Amino acid sequence: MTKWLRAYGDREGDGMVQMTFTLAVLPGGRAKEAARRFAEAHGLREPLITAMEQCSQQHTYFVVYGHSDHRVDLDAIDVKELPQKETSREDIENIGKKLGRKIVVVGACTGSDAHTVGIDAILNYKGFAGEKGLESYKSFDAHNLGAQVENIDLLERAKAIGADAILVSQVITQRNCHKENAAALVELLDKQGLRRNVLLLLGGPRIDHKLALELGYDAGFGPGTKPSAVAAFIALQVQERAQGERPTGRYSA
Amino acid sequence: MANVPIDQAKVDTCREAAGLIADDVQRFINRHTTVGVERTVARSYGVAGADPQGTPLANALVDRIHQAGFTGYGVAYFLGRGLVEGASSVQEAAEQIAYGGAPIVVDESVSVEAIKAALEPETLRAIERIDNARRERETRKAKFPVAETPLKYVIVATGNIYDDAVQAKAARFAGADIVAVIRATAQSLLDYVPEGPTTEGYGGTYATQENFRIIRRAADEASEETGNYLAQTNYSSGLCMSEIAWMAAVERLDMLLNDAMYGILFRDINMERTFIDQYFSRRIIARSGIVINTGEDNYLTTADAVEKAHTVLASQFINEAFALRAGLVEEQMGLGHAYEIDPWKEDSFLFEVAQAQLIRQIFDRHPIKWMPPTKFKTGDIFHSHVHDAMFNLTGIMTNQSIELLGMFSEAIHTPLLMDRYLSLKSARYIFNTAKHFGDEIQWKPGGVVEKRAAEVLNNATELLEKVRGDGIWDAIGWGAFGDVKRKRNGGKGHAGVVARNENYVNPILQWLEGGK
Repeated sequence: MTKWLRAYGDREGDGMVQMTFTLAVLPGGRAKEAARRFAEAHGLREPLITAMEQCSQQHTYFVVYGHSDHRVDLDAIDVKELPQKETSREDIENIGKKLGRKIVVVGACTGSDAHTVGIDAILNYKGFAGEKGLESYKSFDAHNLGAQVENIDLLERAKAIGADAILVSQVITQRNCHKENAAALVELLDKQGLRRNVLLLLGGPRIDHKLALELGYDAGFGPGTKPSAVAAFIALQVQERAQGERPTGRYSA
Repeated sequence: MANVPIDQAKVDTCREAAGLIADDVQRFINRHTTVGVERTVARSYGVAGADPQGTPLANALVDRIHQAGFTGYGVAYFLGRGLVEGASSVQEAAEQIAYGGAPIVVDESVSVEAIKAALEPETLRAIERIDNARRERETRKAKFPVAETPLKYVIVATGNIYDDAVQAKAARFAGADIVAVIRATAQSLLDYVPEGPTTEGYGGTYATQENFRIIRRAADEASEETGNYLAQTNYSSGLCMSEIAWMAAVERLDMLLNDAMYGILFRDINMERTFIDQYFSRRIIARSGIVINTGEDNYLTTADAVEKAHTVLASQFINEAFALRAGLVEEQMGLGHAYEIDPWKEDSFLFEVAQAQLIRQIFDRHPIKWMPPTKFKTGDIFHSHVHDAMFNLTGIMTNQSIELLGMFSEAIHTPLLMDRYLSLKSARYIFNTAKHFGDEIQWKPGGVVEKRAAEVLNNATELLEKVRGDGIWDAIGWGAFGDVKRKRNGGKGHAGVVARNENYVNPILQWLEGGK
């Protein structure tokens, strides 16, 4: 049986949603009608304009509530989610012990991006949200190159230290520069025939696993990711591939 | 205002230690110059324009001198020499050196005295350009009154300077007192200032002299439309710190992000380079009357805001000491700090109040720059708006001077028109509804706020004593600030640091230092 989802406000099936926007018109009767029609065009029944305020010399800010008739079929949805096995810190450290060497990771904010909050949270000792970063794991050797690192420099460093995984952080997303930047690294690895020698991880506020896969990465991590989730993914992958044909961290083709 | 008790002896100890730390660096600064400083001197003398590839003449000129190994004489030496030898203007002298192809000569056929004499009217003109801009600013501020503190500061960051101008005017309409045009994230590491108006860049567009003019024009129009002054801010930081200070001074900017150590810590720019460049930039800023905003708030994004709160205070003392040595007065020192404690921590509000109050009292003449929460912001805009409200309440109750308003969409995108409008509306409401709150309360003796303020001051005193013992060069090496470690010879731009020759000529600096 199909499971239809509709927005839920006060009662099942009311489809209640709220939207805010600005229009280049000054407040008044026509502006209000324009906002109402704009909301209707988005599928809102009986739109209620609850705020209409001039917010610049030429613009008005609106808050609208209305009933949305739109619905989605939950069963038809197939989302690529990271297979997240609950892995404790101890388990992660044990994988490292069994490997008999440290897992080497290198990370950076690439291109012109200067926002290191994300990569710092994952890699640095002090971590994020009460969890210590990869630096704090005995089984990891973590290198954080910081901000504004060129893809080529990141790759050279990865080769020099024999990185099992490269972590790329992209925060600035204006005009999709994060995608171009991230894809350029994959291209660079492909060109050198090294793409399969290393795990590629992408992170950032606008990143999800699906996007990362589309861009040619092995995994994507969005906002709120804790260091342990990244550590677990890398450790399990490195362990799995250590037995296969293309173990990570070896760059001689 | 509800004051916290402050151990004045500790404050004096901090100031003394910071003074000794800055003196040690100042001795180094006084014996060196950089390619950035020399390009600034060239620009002050009117050297303008760029070649078809976009390389500014100031760069082509200084690069040639640098490659010949003569930067230590100062670019003024060569420009003055060109004048003595018959160039009709400084611009012509610069073009001859940059593009003429003749070898660069240093000999005694032209005396340093003759060079300085030839430059004197040019030097006077350069200083006059700064002074004229300052007077013009003061006239306009008298005509269009500046709002009461906390001044409401917002950013625009569309990446296109013409959109930025529209958004800046809209911000004044919605109640902003200060607008900062964010520049492209990549610019701090460019060793030249791009030319002309720009309509691209990520995270903002470039700081160029023409872009400064475009925003100044928009801000002036907004002041006239609304009857209240709209101040303009940009960034004097990165490898072109002092060049931008010059441009801002003559284009009548009101504020500049300008920090003695920010570039070292957060952009990995070489320490020596940064210290020399900050000094010259601040000499220009001092003369121009611009208010600086320092960047200590950034420490709390890389380090924990509770554990490392004292590093902010310690750094403020150091920034103050450097600024005093460059001729700034306290009223020009917008020392930075921020509301970055984990909002879910119990009593985090009291900790924030304690720090804000402490800094307000210690730097009582300074236009303190207070930054909003960013680190713990999420995509939940409704909660984010509440978080910003607590920040605004703290700002008004502790009377911060310049408040960069938080945006509920902080974790999502550069602010939309309505985001900025709602942020300003909230600040207007809270600043008004709690206007005299701080005057009406007293802190409980021995309570959380008093104890926390004392703790931060204690820790800052200890840190400054340690940094004084080690010297700032080593202290940055072990991560005293923001948990970031840098080496004295590491980082970008070190190749542009040069020891001054005994015949070093820089009449602009000499004038700004009052040696004239």
